Amino acid sequence: MSALPQAKDLPRHVVCDGNEAAAWGVVLSRPDMVAVYPITPQTSLVEALAQFAADGTLDTEMVEAEGEHSVLSVLQGACLAGARTYTATSGPGLAFMFEPYLRAPGLRLPMVMSIVTRDTLSPQCVWGGHQDAMSVREIGWIQMYCESVQEILDTVIMAFKVAEHRDVMLPVNVCHDGNYLSFGVCRADLPEPSGVDAFLGKPDTNWHVALDPDRPMGVDPLTGGGGGPGPALFARYRKGQCRGMQNALGVIADVHREFGERFGRRHAALVEEYRLDDAEYAIVTIGSMTGAAKDAVDEARRLGQRAGLIKVKTYRPFPLQAMAQALAKVKAAGVVDRSVSFGWNSGPLHQDVLGTLAMLPQRIPAVSFIGGLAGADLTVEHFARALETTAQALAGARPLAPVWLNEGDR
Amino acid sequence: MKGRAKPFFDATRIPGDLAPIATEPSPMLPGDWRTLRPVVDRVKCVKCAVCWLYCPVQCVVEKPRWFDFNLATCKGCGICAQECPQRAIAMIEEAA
Repeated sequence: MSALPQAKDLPRHVVCDGNEAAAWGVVLSRPDMVAVYPITPQTSLVEALAQFAADGTLDTEMVEAEGEHSVLSVLQGACLAGARTYTATSGPGLAFMFEPYLRAPGLRLPMVMSIVTRDTLSPQCVWGGHQDAMSVREIGWIQMYCESVQEILDTVIMAFKVAEHRDVMLPVNVCHDGNYLSFGVCRADLPEPSGVDAFLGKPDTNWHVALDPDRPMGVDPLTGGGGGPGPALFARYRKGQCRGMQNALGVIADVHREFGERFGRRHAALVEEYRLDDAEYAIVTIGSMTGAAKDAVDEARRLGQRAGLIKVKTYRPFPLQAMAQALAKVKAAGVVDRSVSFGWNSGPLHQDVLGTLAMLPQRIPAVSFIGGLAGADLTVEHFARALETTAQALAGARPLAPVWLNEGDR
Repeated sequence: MKGRAKPFFDATRIPGDLAPIATEPSPMLPGDWRTLRPVVDRVKCVKCAVCWLYCPVQCVVEKPRWFDFNLATCKGCGICAQECPQRAIAMIEEAA
């Protein structure tokens, strides 16, 4: 095994795509074991990690498993043995990983996994969209969506601290948009390695459940059933899991604050409000689309419109209070989803916004926009249209069905 | 349930609503959930030991003139009865 990389050996700045930025975040977080299986559009992330491991930049045990099901199973064993673990996948890879993916949150395993988001089959496609990550939004993993290449690097690091917090103990998905972030090249700054070491501390993954000869225990014994202590025991574990998710909201905010204080880069932890304080209406965005959406808001402002924007960074657990506070400032909202909720004929984020609005004293219209599916670009023009439609909803003309933003693209 | 389990280590500081774990062995033995029990016909048994070879939980016990079963650990699978060349073992339903 090669010597640990010295701080002076790592660059302070890199110019790279979002996948490589995630890999740099992994380098700095020093996981004990990494297992990854390549799949578009995550492949260059695997290549970067393999190269870093070969160079000695990343001192970790790289496991080449035969597929994603094995990848996550291998890492669960490692996590139970006390290792800090990382993996990354996308679309069909996530689907193949589903069985161990279901198990991780219930076992309270603090793993970190990037989802390089991709639209789901079929129609056959290999391009970005949020449908894969959104399809697993109720499995119990924490989900944070990144807006920029820099935010990916920083969020991968923060994810380990959130996951391993003793009040949380849950796996975290760091989601970044396939194509637009995975292959978009930008400058990114690396936080100081010894600072990251101090920020994260030593891996703390198996104090509560372990494969450890000194603490022999049955891991995940049969629990539940119709009689005896089973029902109460199962309810207790499920309730604990929900509590961990709720605790995560506060921990995510704290971790983002501490990261900002330590490294000088601040990212909105739960929800970002953009030009919202005097806004009449706002669009709600998630992920990399937010850049173009902010430009569209700026343009609307230049034309005298009182437009604003609410960006969701933490999607699961859903930041209900932060979202309610933001929505209380406007009289109409337009929610842009990069995926579909088939059950509701709208977007998943739109459903969460409707749920939040039920908490507010005043009922306001919330329009559903669906766009950016399967690699489609969401441009400033698309957002200008979304803003205009939302303004019309404020005036009383509210579309009852979702507006498909790329429907008229030529 | 017979007997009392002893915990392997002090797990009291692990919250009871986190990961599902078992920190003490179950005192139950296979005989506690058996539905069929093997009964040997002592006249037919020739002590060939085929049952002893096949028993998956090794509950076959040697007696002076025949083979018998430790019913605490026998789970009632009936493999012995299936394999016995003398047809000396019958599987009898346990009383409810």
